[in-house]
Amino acid sequence: MAIFPLIMATISTLNRILVFLAAVLIISTYYLPLWQISLWAPQYPEGLNMKIWYDRLSGDVDIINGVNHYIGMKHIGVEMFPEFTYLKYIFAAVIAFGLLAAILAKRWMAFTFLAILILLGIGVLVDMYIWGYDYGHNLDPKAAIKVPDMAYQPPLVGYKELLNFLAYSGPDVAGWILGFSMMLLTFVGFSEWRTSKKSRKLKLN
Amino acid sequence: MKTQTLIIWMAAFALVAFSACKPKGVQTTLTGDAASRVYVPPGQHDEFYNIVSGGFNGQMSVVGLPSGRVLKILPVFSLNPENGWGFSEETKPMFNTSHGFVPWDDLHHIAISTTNAEHDARWAFGNANNTPRIARVDLTTFKTTEIIEIPNSAGNHSSPFITENTEYVVAGTRFSVPVGENRDVPISSYKENFKGNITFISVDPTHGTMELAFQIEAPPFNFDLARAGKKKSHGWFFFSTYNTEMAHTLLEVNASQKDKDFIMAVNWKKAEQYIKEGKGKMTGGKYAHNTWDESTHMATSTIKEGVLSLDPREFKDIVYFIPCPKSPHGTDTDPTGEYIIGSGKLAAIIPVFSFTKMLQAIENEDFEGMLDGMPVLKYESVLHGEVNKPGLGPLHTEFDGKGNAYTSMFVSSEIVKWNIETLEVLDRVPTYYSVGHLMIPGGPTGKPHGKYMVAYNKITKDRYLPTGPELAHSAQLYDISGDKMQLLLDFPTIGEPHYAEAFPATLIKDKQVRFYKIEDNNHPAALKGVNDARVERDGNKVHVYMTSIRSNFRPDNIEGVRVGDEVYFHVTNLEQDWDVPHGFAIKGANTAELLIMPGETSTLKWVPDRVGVFPFYCTDFCSALHQEMQGYLRVSPAGSNTPLTYSTGDL
Repeated sequence: MAIFPLIMATISTLNRILVFLAAVLIISTYYLPLWQISLWAPQYPEGLNMKIWYDRLSGDVDIINGVNHYIGMKHIGVEMFPEFTYLKYIFAAVIAFGLLAAILAKRWMAFTFLAILILLGIGVLVDMYIWGYDYGHNLDPKAAIKVPDMAYQPPLVGYKELLNFLAYSGPDVAGWILGFSMMLLTFVGFSEWRTSKKSRKLKLN
Repeated sequence: MKTQTLIIWMAAFALVAFSACKPKGVQTTLTGDAASRVYVPPGQHDEFYNIVSGGFNGQMSVVGLPSGRVLKILPVFSLNPENGWGFSEETKPMFNTSHGFVPWDDLHHIAISTTNAEHDARWAFGNANNTPRIARVDLTTFKTTEIIEIPNSAGNHSSPFITENTEYVVAGTRFSVPVGENRDVPISSYKENFKGNITFISVDPTHGTMELAFQIEAPPFNFDLARAGKKKSHGWFFFSTYNTEMAHTLLEVNASQKDKDFIMAVNWKKAEQYIKEGKGKMTGGKYAHNTWDESTHMATSTIKEGVLSLDPREFKDIVYFIPCPKSPHGTDTDPTGEYIIGSGKLAAIIPVFSFTKMLQAIENEDFEGMLDGMPVLKYESVLHGEVNKPGLGPLHTEFDGKGNAYTSMFVSSEIVKWNIETLEVLDRVPTYYSVGHLMIPGGPTGKPHGKYMVAYNKITKDRYLPTGPELAHSAQLYDISGDKMQLLLDFPTIGEPHYAEAFPATLIKDKQVRFYKIEDNNHPAALKGVNDARVERDGNKVHVYMTSIRSNFRPDNIEGVRVGDEVYFHVTNLEQDWDVPHGFAIKGANTAELLIMPGETSTLKWVPDRVGVFPFYCTDFCSALHQEMQGYLRVSPAGSNTPLTYSTGDL
């Protein structure tokens, strides 16, 4: 089992600090919005903006609901997202694991921390896509405005034109912080991988 | 080495994170010399009069184009303390209705009188939406000279549209309502008991006097807008309808269910003939008819009863329905009279109907069915074609006389230019924001002046310096003389403009009344000279016959008025020159001022509530000694013996 000592190895002090930093940074995401959706239309030059947090929505949700009901879109509200009830606990567990990884300084834990974050990120994006599909396609048949063959699925990331609106979807501050934590951990992983390669070379030599 | 890599990673991240996430803002594209094209040099006049509805202010505004300058606020259905409209004894009857004195209304649409489908600009008609009425404004005095109430109607929105020689002005009801003997019915009995009356009001070709000619008892739809046929389609009228679902609650949803509503085509010549043949049935309905007399300078209100009605289920050849997608708002006929454009505000296309094809379809009985005994024509048989992908939320269409149509798009906030024959979209310009009506001078007539176009918007937001939550409604002026529409000017408006019309200033500017001849003043309290000034008591009424001329009132010292009296100031402006109005105001008046034009007599009723000496003065700066134009009125206690005296210049 040549790989065993490599993943059971201890990480460097700098990497330990970085893993700790990555975990601590995620705490701040409880106090910041994760994601944002913006809409612009000729009559909304100032734009409409909705922010998504771990457990709630903020911003111009009511105005967006008012605009969207004409085409039969569902009313966006907290009750629409069961995710809001458990997301914060999942991330609490992730932070705890990250801190533990920093304390125990095990290489496998640092890798696992990164893997969890990446999988969570993918999971959240898939979840958002499914929600967006339903929100954009599953329209009230009694809607006042019905445009044939038109669906209003918001973009997952980036810009999309929907009737008179230009929609944007992308990470907000907390989302970027999560991304930054992932980046730190990727750096840790990369540097640990290099170290292990060097140590293998040393042993072989 | 490691630290360097870390820094590079962080820099890359920062670049991604902070790259702008907002698209470019809505930009105003202005052509370089726009300013000079709307600039009217000092002392020169605008090219067009633009008569603009004031919406919820119940007034019209008179605007000059291309400058966008407001020239006058013309009170119609709303009180105007500024000039005593509705406050002076003479103007109060103009506000009379079958419901009594109604001091406000919602004026949506303008119709400028036409002869042979061209503006003659003798009169401007305006509708009262809330308490159904139609007003006629004399465009030589810019004064409301007639108001007629519409019985058996509610929400007079489909109004006042006129036939090509101003034979008729129509009033289609937006709200269908119960009519006839029993009006106390459950709202849920809408389909059985409610009627959508269309009223035709005849206009006297010489004097403009309106009379209720007849009503057509249409199904209980909501009638939205209308346009008369012209030239080849003269004799027909087209009404847009929505809520053909006949819902009576939550119309937002329940009146938006059908894929097609109707344009109701009315053969009014036929209806007129039936009325002449005595086939109209007299139905109930009380209404006020108020007229202004320019020789007595006063209004008279007459309450009338009954109107002739035609049932289109009985007379088979006066009403036909053209299916039109979806909740059509505007229905407009092009300058040739051949094409009828329905703007389905929830529709994805704009249908263009052909008058010739409509006649053929009627001839061939090409019906898709009957609606309560009235034929519904086949959509395809009447259709000239559809404009594809025009924009979102089409509302209204105007014409330039060069074969092009211009349709306002509320939802996508733009105006789209398209060719009527080929149905091809030619150009589009943004409006700021969410345009409602649009207007081209002469646009609804057979002779448009395709030079300018104005967009009247519903949303203003950031267009001007902000003024708290309530903002002026914005308008934009475009040059449409070339292939591409060009934005020239953005200007605030008065009230909430809906429809407006414009016509060349040369049509009326030399016909303007400058003052009223004092020898023609037949007001019973008119004074022909200062020597007639006097005060008379009649029981507890005190009549002050007063003159105003630069710079004095006669009499200007009045005594012997008692608490409990009603004082009537009959003020005659003796000036016989242009632009010398005098005002009259007295302390504590619960009404307003009078603003009296030269040669005119106006009356202010004033009820003193306390003992004292009350000053009165001229409110319109009339001369160098305007501040000296004043007087006093002494009020003594009730029952006192102060003799009634009056004087001017006695020291």
